Amino acid sequence: MPGTLRFITCGSVDDGKSTLIGRLLFESKQIFDDQLTALEKDSMRYGTQGTSVDLALLVDGLQAEREQGITIDVAYRFFATTQRRFVVADTPGHEEYTRNMATGASTADLAVLLVDAKKGLMTQTRRHSRIVAMLGVRHVVLAVNKMDLVGWDEGIFSRIRDEYRLLADELGFATVHAIPVSAIEGSNVMKPGADSPWYDGPALLEYLENIDVTDTRDEISFRMPVQWVNRPDQDFRGYCGRIASGRVRRGDRVRIAPGGLDAHIRSIVVWQGEIEEAVQGDSVTLCLDDEVDVSRGDVIASALDPVELSDQFEAKVICLSGHHLVPGRPYILRMHACQSGVTVTGIKHRIDVNSGAHLAAKTLELNDMGVVNLSTSTPVPFEPYARSRILGSFILIDRMSNETVGAGMIDFALRRASNIHWQGLDVDKAARAGLKYQKPRCLWLTGLSGSGKSTIANLLEKRFFALGRHTYILDGDNVRHGLNRDLGFTEADRVENIRRVAEVARLMVDAGLIVIVSFLSPFRSERDFARSLFAPGEFIEIFVDAPLDECERRDTKGLYAKARRGELKHFTGIDSPYEPPESPEIRLDTLAGSPEDCIGSILDVVGDGRAD
Amino acid sequence: MRDHISNIESESIEIIREAVAASGNPVMLYSIGKDSSVMLHLARKAFWPAPPPFPLLHVDTGWKFREMIEFRDRMAKTSGMKLIVHTNPERVDPFEHGSERYTDQMKTEALKQALDSGKYDVIFGGARRDEEKSRAKERIFSIRAQGHRWDPKAQRPELWNLYNTRIHAGETIRVFPLSNWTEADIWQYIRQENIPIVPLYFAAARPVVKRSGMWIMVDDERIPLNPGEVPELRMVRFRTLGCYPLTAALESGAATLEAIIDETLAARSSERHGRLIDHDGAGSMERKKQEGYF
Repeated sequence: MPGTLRFITCGSVDDGKSTLIGRLLFESKQIFDDQLTALEKDSMRYGTQGTSVDLALLVDGLQAEREQGITIDVAYRFFATTQRRFVVADTPGHEEYTRNMATGASTADLAVLLVDAKKGLMTQTRRHSRIVAMLGVRHVVLAVNKMDLVGWDEGIFSRIRDEYRLLADELGFATVHAIPVSAIEGSNVMKPGADSPWYDGPALLEYLENIDVTDTRDEISFRMPVQWVNRPDQDFRGYCGRIASGRVRRGDRVRIAPGGLDAHIRSIVVWQGEIEEAVQGDSVTLCLDDEVDVSRGDVIASALDPVELSDQFEAKVICLSGHHLVPGRPYILRMHACQSGVTVTGIKHRIDVNSGAHLAAKTLELNDMGVVNLSTSTPVPFEPYARSRILGSFILIDRMSNETVGAGMIDFALRRASNIHWQGLDVDKAARAGLKYQKPRCLWLTGLSGSGKSTIANLLEKRFFALGRHTYILDGDNVRHGLNRDLGFTEADRVENIRRVAEVARLMVDAGLIVIVSFLSPFRSERDFARSLFAPGEFIEIFVDAPLDECERRDTKGLYAKARRGELKHFTGIDSPYEPPESPEIRLDTLAGSPEDCIGSILDVVGDGRAD
Repeated sequence: MRDHISNIESESIEIIREAVAASGNPVMLYSIGKDSSVMLHLARKAFWPAPPPFPLLHVDTGWKFREMIEFRDRMAKTSGMKLIVHTNPERVDPFEHGSERYTDQMKTEALKQALDSGKYDVIFGGARRDEEKSRAKERIFSIRAQGHRWDPKAQRPELWNLYNTRIHAGETIRVFPLSNWTEADIWQYIRQENIPIVPLYFAAARPVVKRSGMWIMVDDERIPLNPGEVPELRMVRFRTLGCYPLTAALESGAATLEAIIDETLAARSSERHGRLIDHDGAGSMERKKQEGYF
């Protein structure tokens, strides 16, 4: 029996995906009598097939979708014939649910792409073909459905098949096969129908039973991401994981990434015993002969062909969230068992799903696909996605909401981590600060427009100056006249605005200065990013707290009035959010105290800036 | 070519390890049934030679078959794991109050009480996608909002074998390592690995009464007999196990694993057919899940 075939069905709304899967389940006797009774009842209530049973209702699981008659999520179904086992992911055709389709495609070997014979290739057909190709699905069946409604016209079928071939050639699938079917009537689904004498190929199920989806490309060497370090007592230390590629034998020499040290496999431990050899797909526990340092997220790989490391990648990304993907914003990267901070350093282009054209883009919106550059905060072990789905795939997680905002596939590393090193300098931060006899700091003032940041920053610098400290103010408005002159007020530009200022502040702190940053900085994730650039204790977040109505009342620059009139877009507090700090080092209540009181509160916490 | 059972076994072990690595305080829901038995076995494999680094939690309604309770205590001892048993102190009787209210109080509410008091962040459950329609769409890592609510529209996309395990305070993750197993897989694995299961799965002569066309076992004297109703001895077994008043037996002579597997493969009714709560109205399982039922 060939191995289990994992496939997805995709296509436009109403192309008949759920009906087709319902038909496969029904005819392969996967439907039990009590489910059939329920189906007859449901068909009376929700069915779209008049008096006959509606097979689509077998797979449309959630009540909401039964009522709306659409599939709104991925459903996994299992069925088997005497020839093969199948796992099918039923994925939705609605554009807004494309993320679910990508989910189904990520683990599929083959895609059954449905096309309505009456309508021909649709935007969705092209979109879904690109998505499945991008996610590494190498085999496609084009099921031209509803042939009964076009009188089994061979010409219509051939035109659709030939038109699709052009797209398939561009996407580089390993195999593409077109079959004329009627899911409602069951023709050419389970066995060849009498309606299409001009089609001499196999029926859909027969084709699926026999197709060989074994990857014949170069095999890669042994790699296993470490999921868990198992150390029940002093005598046992094992590294648990599932082998991503290749095979491993007792005695093999391995190299640990990112540590770079070598060791030998002392034993391969499984339930109640040990084995000599383990292969791709096995979950095992490996013990090494040397006490090398291995932790979760490391990859144990063949020492003859060690795994690559990098912290700069080019990757394809699909945006999965309504919160669009913004360059410069810090995210969390999950890749095999490894986790790291990550920033999208640039969007090279967005991919037009219909034409494949490359379009310029500043952000990626929900369901957009694009090519981006990524920078991780630590080097991570990887393989390009084309070589390994397991070691080349990742997800991006929003730091605040914990939402999965993107899914990506590594094309290649932009540079190897081993080539990066800081230029070592003899005069360092401590030396520079020592000369000034002060403690360098970044005092980061955040708050709404009109809360009093500039006033406080100004007073604070005067106070430090009087004490003989070396200071500098980075002011939001002033920086926009020079360094950030090219940036506007969209979310993407605001993120970049803060990133640049944070980097400049860091250089100034490195130069030994006390830097006062007076910046609206509305987003928590950007302020957290700024904090991450500094040593512990160096970054002081100061929340200049004033209620919105008070700021609006002050309106020193007349901006609130403009925003209310609609003349200013993306104005924080009006039509763009402000996320107040959750635990700032200092919170200044500007209603309760004068600016001088505020300076007092700051100095109480940070001291007078003198070196100890 | 790796065989099918090795594949799903390895995948489940990977899931269990991933969940434990992400968790500060994991727990495994142990319902004593065949799926729980398989899940427990996989957990022991995942961490061998150490015992699984989490306790077992059994939500005891007080109406489980007596043989289930004996089996539970024996398995906890063998595995070397801590067993926590919780029963809702507000006792509700399935005969007096009806199955809907009973399930709500003694299962869903009791589960929430036990999870809240243990402050668990990751909770393993033995649900499978092939069991029921709303479960076919369940994620392997299912995020529950505060109050254990399941929102089918707010589930995170799950691509490849990558699981987003980050949660806010008050949120929890239910993890289903058996998501991709079918009923037939479970039985084949039990045979292959020699996994102990409750004897109620095997046919034997047991005292039963017929109600609404289903055989209900008279497991103790708390079941009120209708006038003229006399328990009779019949060769029966159970395809799934739950609370004895709510779980129908099927007439069967299958007394060996081979016979059970043959019967399962030839079955013409679904596994949950014998579970009375699944029939409490359209979409009833989906609604129960939204309220926090497993």
